[in-house]
Parts: sequence; structure tokens; C-alpha cells
Amino acid sequence: MTTTVSAPTPLSARVYRGHAVGDAITMAWRNLLNIRRNPQLLVFATVQPVIFVVMFRYVFGGAIQGSLPAGQSYINYLMPGVFVQTIVFGALTTAVGLADDLSKGLIDRFRSLPMARSAVLVGRTLADLVRNFFVLILVCTVGFIVGWTIETNVWGLVGAFGIILAFAYSLSWLFAIVGLSVKDGETAQAVSFPILAVLVFASSAFVPVATMPSWLQPWARNQPVSVVIDAARVLTIGGPTREYVIKSILWIVAIVAVCAPIAVARYRKVT
Amino acid sequence: MTEPAIVADGLVKSFGAIEAVKDVSFEVPEGKVLGLLGPNGAGKTTAVRMLTTLVRPDAGTARVLGVDVRKNAQRVRASIGLAGQYAAVDENLTGRENLALVGRLTHLSGDEITRRSEHLLEQFALSHAADRVSRTYSGGMRRRLDLAAALVHQPPVLFLDEPTTGLDPQGRNDLWGVIQALVDGGTTVLLTTQYLEEADTLADNIVVIDHGAVIAEGTATQLKERLGATVVEIGFRDDDATVRALVLLAAIGSVTRDGKLVRVSVPGGEGPRAMLDAVRLLDAEHLDPTTMMVREPTLDDVFLELTGHTTVDADDGDES
Repeated sequence: MTTTVSAPTPLSARVYRGHAVGDAITMAWRNLLNIRRNPQLLVFATVQPVIFVVMFRYVFGGAIQGSLPAGQSYINYLMPGVFVQTIVFGALTTAVGLADDLSKGLIDRFRSLPMARSAVLVGRTLADLVRNFFVLILVCTVGFIVGWTIETNVWGLVGAFGIILAFAYSLSWLFAIVGLSVKDGETAQAVSFPILAVLVFASSAFVPVATMPSWLQPWARNQPVSVVIDAARVLTIGGPTREYVIKSILWIVAIVAVCAPIAVARYRKVT
Repeated sequence: MTEPAIVADGLVKSFGAIEAVKDVSFEVPEGKVLGLLGPNGAGKTTAVRMLTTLVRPDAGTARVLGVDVRKNAQRVRASIGLAGQYAAVDENLTGRENLALVGRLTHLSGDEITRRSEHLLEQFALSHAADRVSRTYSGGMRRRLDLAAALVHQPPVLFLDEPTTGLDPQGRNDLWGVIQALVDGGTTVLLTTQYLEEADTLADNIVVIDHGAVIAEGTATQLKERLGATVVEIGFRDDDATVRALVLLAAIGSVTRDGKLVRVSVPGGEGPRAMLDAVRLLDAEHLDPTTMMVREPTLDDVFLELTGHTTVDADDGDES
């Protein structure tokens, strides 16, 4: 072991402004390296949606078909629902990842560095966005294999993916709050699951809202997961798109506008 | 520069109803090592978290290199390094990547990052494992990597929160060597520890805290002198004998009891004389000791004297 001879002066005695973007990219790089080192997590993330595709397509599909408009193929109805439920459950990883960083002391390290206060959260949510993109591609491939077709055109598909990913990004901020409010990854998972289940199952993901009890319908029709799924449906199946797309964007903007400041405030104060 | 590198002045911090730190003040001159000594739950970690900008003090001020931690936290962060009791490294990154991560977040240039990383990996004997993910490292290696990560931007002030807790003796010795080298290089260090030996070995000055307040301060030598230089330690077979002996031996010096052990503190140099007196007194009462020894006091005695309990006597955890 060698000995330093001169008294150290900090190498980086600069004023720390304008590093928000660079620091967020650094954090995203770190989180993506984590995903690359654990590729099995990406695969596991697709197992559950693939089971759903196969199960709903071949087991429940016949029963649900009857409540769909005449001529509507169930697999084409189903796939947008599967995409959205995949990224909604994927939002759990934002909560679990942050809670793990917190319990392992990494957040303490980051908070003791002269880096932008927003970078840990922005980097985390950006990395989760990239991850969601790859998971969607995998689920999409499985969909094509079991007979999914796009009834509009390729731009409809791009638009649908754009909205789904933007929605995924907004949910990452909601679950960042959860991740920063619990003591470890397992607790984050336990706390998140009920929120996710209510969002996904009381929605138009797998069955038409019209088949639900009347007290549930207003929620199921207007809650963000349903709205985003409906937007993805009209974009890939056809029909008037404007209403669902606008509602989706409003939900996405509202979720980020409310959750991001709360998450950053929690990050600053977390102990 | 006359301002000490680290100044804590009347720091107070409560978490809900728990007063973690009630009143803590100390100073660390530039280039010196201060040992913050106390049992679990004494408030050491909270004090360090306030000085490293992680927790805002409820009252009091804290300055690092003359910069107030509350008013200018980012500038403080640029000049400090923090290594904690949990090795805060990313397990899925290699040793080299962990150092690069800190280098980037402290805004060093690519060249500086490469140069500093190489130097630190070598200095901390991690070169051979630099490109392995740190999940595969031993406890001692992780702790060294954690310390290296705290040093990437060459902070002139270093905070070490129980740096050797949980390490085996070999790992502890290695880390002591590394810390000593940093101090020789001019780094100011604040180190918290439950190990008296560690404070004795590394620290120029020791602040003893208990239940959130400073109860003693001085060099290891001064603290020992404060308490009479010599202790006669006598063990007994049962409680009855211990209690009887305690009364008898009070005639020789100030006595404390620790289980079936009686400690008699006497002024320096009077150990053998006190031993002889103790033998006469005990023999006259037919009290047979199981052990008898004279020893110079360790910091453990200091602690026992000051707090009424030993350092292993842990109350609530301090691991917030």
C-alpha cells in the first residue's frame, strides 16, 4: 500500500450547477449496468405477461369473446391490455430498486456527494423506461406468435407504444415515492402489490368494463390504466382516437406533476 | 487558517420523541484525527449524518472547512468523503465501475477518474479484483472499496462511521494501516467507533459520547490520567464474597464492581502497594480471590467510570 505525500486538495472544487442532466445520465448508466448484469430479471419480467397472453387467449378467450362487439378478435383486444399490465407491474421495480439502494446505504453515499438532488430519481426512472421498452418488445413478439395483428398501421403501433411507455414513466415516479417510504425491497413489493392489483384488475385490461357491476364501472372506465389501454386499443384496432389519447396524456402529465415533486422532496429528507 | 477543519457546536437532533443527539460540540483541527467514542445508540451516527449533510440539525451549527452544512450543503459535499458501517457499494458493478461512478458524480474528468481509480485500487490492494463485480468480494474487500469510493475526489475531510465494525482482526489491521496512511498524507478524519482500541490507535483526540451528549474529551493519555493511573482487579467466586470484598477494599481506593470482579482504582505508581494492602485485608477476612492483577487502565475503564456501563452494554441500535 502506498502513501500519499502531499496534503490533498479536492480535485473538484467547482461550483456544482448545471449537472442535473449529466448526473441523471450517470445514474441511468449505473442502473442499466445493473440490469445488464442480471439479464434473467428481464426474462422473468416477461414470463408473467406471456402466461397471461396464453391463458387469456386460449382459456378465457372463448368466454370473454361473447361480450365483445361482433367481429372483434379477442387477441387484438387483449394485447394492449397485456402491454399495459406488464408495464404497470414493472413499475414495482422502481420501488424495489430504490428501497434496496436505501437499505444498502447507497442513497446515503449519493446524498453525501455534490451531485444534483434529482439525479438518483431521474436516472432510476429513465433506466426503468429503457427496461420497459425491452420487455414490451419481448411481449410484442410473443403476441405476434399467437396471432396478434395490428388492424390500423405501423404508426398506430408506434403511437400506442409511445403512450404506454410515457405512462410507464409516470408510474415510476409514483412508485419512487413508495420505494423511498419503506425500509427494504421486500416491503416495497408487499406495499406496491395491492395498488397494482386494483389498477390492473379493475380496468379494461382483460374484460370489457360493461361486464362489471355498475358501481365499479365509473372507476374502471376512467382510471388511468383503462384510459391508456383504451388509447392503445383504438390506435391498434381502429376507431376515434382523440378522446382516449388526450385523456391518457392528461393522466400521464398529472401523475408526473404530482408525484415527481413529492418523490424528490422525500429523497431530500429520507433518513 | 485558524478555523478547525470540522466544527460541531451545540448540535441537537430528535427523531420524533427520541432525542438522538442532545448537545454535542467538538472541533477537529486540520490534519488531525478525532475519535467519536460511544456505545450503540449513543448518537455517534446521527452526529456524523448531520456533519455530512444527510440530516439537518434541529439546533446548533456544524461547519466543515469553514462552510456551514445547512447553508451551503453542496460545497460541504465537495470536500468530504463518507464511508459508513454498511459498505455502500453497488454489488452489481465492478470495483473499477464503483469508483468511476463516484468520479462521475463528483464531476471529475475522464482522465482524472482513470488516474484516481488506478491509484486507489492499488493503494487498497484491490487491483487483482478491479474488474470483478463487487458482489463476489469478501467483507474486508468491500469495506476497502467503500473507503476507496469515498476518496475518489480526494476529499480533504473524511468521515468514517464505524469503519471496522464486523471485520476480522486481519481486516481491521489492514484498514487501520490505510487510514493511518491517509492521515499521514494530511487528511482530517472524524471516526466513530465502539472499539476503544481503535480510538486509542488512530485518534489524536477522543470525544466520548453517551445518550446523545459529550461526557468527556481529551487525548487517550489525558482520559486515562483523569481516572487514577492504576487499577487492581480482583475476581471472586460468588456474589456474597464480592460484596464483602467491595466494602473492605473501599479503604484502599475507589471501588467499582463488574459482576464478580472488583476494580480498585489507585493513583499511578501505587499498584503494587495497593495489591499488598488488598492481600492483607482479604486474607484477614478469609476471602479467597480467584484472580488478582494490577494493570494500567484501558479506555474501557475510562468508559466504565464515565458512563457506569461498559461499551458492550448496548441499548437501542444507532443504525438509522
